[in-house]
This record gives sequence, structure tokens and C-alpha cells, in this order.
Amino acid sequence: MIVATVGNVIVWIVWIAAAFACLGSGLAVVSFQNPFYSALALIGNLGSLAVLYLLLSAEFVAAAQVLVYAGAVMVMFLFVIAYLGGEADAPWAGGPSWQVIGAVAAAAAILTEIVVAIGIKAGGRLSHSEHVGASFGSPAQIGRLFLTDHLLAFEVTSIVLLAAAVGGVILGHHTRKYDARA
Amino acid sequence: MLGPDVAWYLAVSAILFSIGALGVLLRRSPLIVLLSLEIMLNGGNLALIAFSRRNGEASGQVFAIAVMAVAASEVVVGLGLIVAMSRRRLALDVDKLTTLRG
Repeated sequence: MIVATVGNVIVWIVWIAAAFACLGSGLAVVSFQNPFYSALALIGNLGSLAVLYLLLSAEFVAAAQVLVYAGAVMVMFLFVIAYLGGEADAPWAGGPSWQVIGAVAAAAAILTEIVVAIGIKAGGRLSHSEHVGASFGSPAQIGRLFLTDHLLAFEVTSIVLLAAAVGGVILGHHTRKYDARA
Repeated sequence: MLGPDVAWYLAVSAILFSIGALGVLLRRSPLIVLLSLEIMLNGGNLALIAFSRRNGEASGQVFAIAVMAVAASEVVVGLGLIVAMSRRRLALDVDKLTTLRG
């Protein structure tokens, strides 16, 4: 009993730290002037999200998040930002002020809509959660699901990645031809 | 389930999604618009994983990994477009790209 209580308190503390780090770094991504700092803040955001995934016993997704997102995708972002020189632009300045007000109002409307929709559809039933075994979210279980129940999604994902790779090559190729003519 | 129940995770996911939406609507640098899109996708992923934990059904995690792959492809194409724009010396400002405006 005491062990369970102590465990509960520890999980709450970790959850609060991860959730606030996640939201704070999300706000930092949106509000930093320099895109380089925004990308660094996004790495923090992805890391704290991985902690939240671990608390939800999704170990494989947390590992994939750190490897794929915080590793590969963010390195590519940082390369492109370094290549472009990362011009700073103030988040609030420049456009007309009605744009800023409209953007904040639209984001607030989206938030209200999500909360109301989830509250109406599933309000009272969220506190109950199924008991899961130790193997829940393990690489073995995810891999088995990918190759049995979700085989189509697995194959379609490979086609999406191939299309993206071809698209990236074509975008780079055209600009090189354009530069040679100019 | 130890710690907070799924509703708390869903609250974080909803706030994260709206922060991302705010960035997409507010910022004019296409790089930061892409970064904010990543935040929105991650908000969606967190909701998927929270519901997957609630129902004791790992299919939500499989879906979250598929979303991750889609996000990676989106970044490849988006960054390719941004590099192509900068090579053609177009302004890196989504408000100034008005060629297709009707």
C-alpha cells in the first residue's frame, strides 16, 4: 500500500515536470525570434513528450520519438536553418495587428472546441483505464501488430516515405537546373 | 494506472495542439510554420497514445508511429521547398508568396 502511494507520488511529480516542460518549450518554439532557438526548443519539447509516452507505457514509441524526431528530423531542421542563415523575425511585429488578434482567437477557439468535444463525448468515462500487462507497448507487441493487423498501414507508410524521398530529390534537382540557367 | 488519469494527458495534448495552431497562424517564417506543424502532429500523437493506454489496445501506438513517418516525409518535402525558395531568392515570408492568389 505504502509502496503504491510512493509510486503514485513519484509518477505525479515526473508527469508535472514533463507536462510543464512540454508546454513551456512549445510556447518557446512559437515565440522565439531566431529559428535556431525555436528548433532547439522543439528538441526539448520532443524529449519531454517521450517522457509522457513512457508514463503511458508506450516504450517503443518513446524510443522511436527520440531516435526519429529528436535525432533525424531535428538534425535536418538544424542543417537547413544553418544553411539559410536563420533570419530573425519578431513573432508579433510586421503584419497588421488584426492578424495577431485573429490568430490568437482562432487558436483559443480550437482549444475550446477540442475540450468541449472530448468533454461531451467521453467526459465521465476518462478516469477509468484498462489494466495492461508488462508487455504492453513493447517492441515485440508493436512489431507483431504491424505485421499482422496493420500490414496495409505498414506498406502504405513505406510508399509515403518513398514518395517523400523522390519529392525531395526532384525539388533539389530543379533548383540546380534553374541556377545553371540564371 | 499510477499517476494522473488519461484526461490530464488529453488536456496537455489539446493545449499542445492549439499552441502549434497558434504558431502556424501567427508566424511568417516558413521554417517556424513547419516547426509548429510538428508540435500539432505531436499533440495528436499524445492523444492517440493516451487513448491507446486507456483502452488497453496497442493499435493506437501503431497509428502514432505511422503519424511519425508521415511527419518525417512532410519535413523532407517542406524543407526541400524552403531551400528551393531560398535558391530562387524568394522572400522567406509566407505573407509575401502571393503568386497563386486569385
